[in-house]
Amino acid sequence: MRDIGTMVWKEGRDTIFPGGRLGNLSSLVFIALLGIVFPLIDRVGWLAISVQMVLLNVLFPFYYILVYIGDSFAGEHERHTLETLLASRISDRAILWGKVIPTVGYIWGMTVISSLLSMVVVNLAQGQWPWTFYTPLSGWLIVLVACMLVCLLAASGGILVSLHSATTRQAQQILLLGSLGLFIVLYLVFRALPSQWFQGLSGSQIFLIAMLVTFVLDAILLAITMASFRRSHLIAG
Amino acid sequence: MSEPIIRTEHLSRTFGRIKAVDDLSLVVSEGIVFGFLGPNGAGKTTTIHLLLGLLEPTLGRATVMGFDTRTQANDIRARTGALLEFSGLYERMTAEDNLDLYGRIYRMPLSERKARIKELLTHLDLWDRRKEQVVKWSRGMKQKLAVARALFHHPKLIFLDEPTAGFDPVAAAALQTDLAALVAREGATVFLNTHNLTEAEKLCAQVGVIRNGRLLTVGSLDKLRIGKANPHVEITGRGFSEPILASLRGLPEVASVERQNDRLLIELRGEAEAAPLVSLIIRSGGEVEEVRRGESSLEDIFLTLMKENKNA
Repeated sequence: MRDIGTMVWKEGRDTIFPGGRLGNLSSLVFIALLGIVFPLIDRVGWLAISVQMVLLNVLFPFYYILVYIGDSFAGEHERHTLETLLASRISDRAILWGKVIPTVGYIWGMTVISSLLSMVVVNLAQGQWPWTFYTPLSGWLIVLVACMLVCLLAASGGILVSLHSATTRQAQQILLLGSLGLFIVLYLVFRALPSQWFQGLSGSQIFLIAMLVTFVLDAILLAITMASFRRSHLIAG
Repeated sequence: MSEPIIRTEHLSRTFGRIKAVDDLSLVVSEGIVFGFLGPNGAGKTTTIHLLLGLLEPTLGRATVMGFDTRTQANDIRARTGALLEFSGLYERMTAEDNLDLYGRIYRMPLSERKARIKELLTHLDLWDRRKEQVVKWSRGMKQKLAVARALFHHPKLIFLDEPTAGFDPVAAAALQTDLAALVAREGATVFLNTHNLTEAEKLCAQVGVIRNGRLLTVGSLDKLRIGKANPHVEITGRGFSEPILASLRGLPEVASVERQNDRLLIELRGEAEAAPLVSLIIRSGGEVEEVRRGESSLEDIFLTLMKENKNA
């Protein structure tokens, strides 16, 4: 755990707060869009957990991670920092989790902050008192859990691709094309399933099944990523 | 006699059909700076990767501090420091954070990390710039910081891979001086990959020479001088005609003669004297302005070995 903590500290200093400052203005753009702009468009529907609110809180963090995660190993390889790190005593597991945890934690944390901010923004925009919170509350919590699972999917898949890519650009291209492919496959599978399967299910139940599938995919991708992390491959490659 | 800090036995590593390291058997004693010399692509970097357990050998075995590189690589990496081909610094992080990171990796307590950062950065004249992001620094400063990082956790053995490669002579000399002072103070063993022969001559107690993955020779510089290259005489003057050169080449104590404009480079056999050669030149009508006798440099030894290996 201590080694993972060290790697999380390193990612924070190197990627999120380089030189002690917020290194990436896109973080502010993320919060502005998800915490102010989109909720103002959706207004009350946002707090009633509309389809738009769910999709944006799940897909926005997913794509945000995809844009940056390609840099995780391919970028270190390009900047020639990976070899020195691999020559140290730090374990494979710590290096891997040291990439996954801060990425998921940071983006998920920004989503939670945006979510709380959006609640304030919508209430202020409506000029109503007393303020209303997300309704139902359990729905909001489920959206946050779904967001975490999707972030984990993007992070584990992204790290797997980054491990096997020569450059960050290559990793990003594979990830963007791969994500499009994933959605096409999901759409085709959904269309191919017999419609009577869904007739007895509510929207919430379908959403929960999707979360379960994502959870299983997360576990599979993480296991593959752990198994394919080989110092000798990274050095020789 | 104590166990050598590095021992390799018939160590080999191939990449496809390329033999990067070929049947390398080597022993490095504790407490010395060992220079591993060879041209680019000789197999020096692969050897360090094998010794750190970052690559598995195709054949043979190696132990570092008694630990097997195949099965105990984590133990090796926990006790060694490395400055590999590139500085490996996180350039968006400050100098202080770069050192602190490796202190954390080696589980040094906070107070010890702070003291060590101050000690090393002060020694290297970098303390005032500790809060700066490394990306703004010159290459020489970055390399000094990378040396400090390799030494940070007091390793018993340090691997340095071409630490002054690409430096101008002044910057290289400055880094070599810092390196020598730090290594002497820390009392660590150093495995130094280099193709800079001046650097090896300045820093190393023992050297090994590698080419095409094969170890050509190993030993102290004195031993190599005796075994591999002859003393030479450099004579400056005028009128060094072909008959004079032929006469010199006919002498039993002369191994070779080469004319470069107004200079003669004469390689001697054994401990032959220069005076009879000067007399011969003057008697034959040549004019001598200056005579310099020199020991073989590491460069002479290195070039002799390369020539022998190529011929073989």
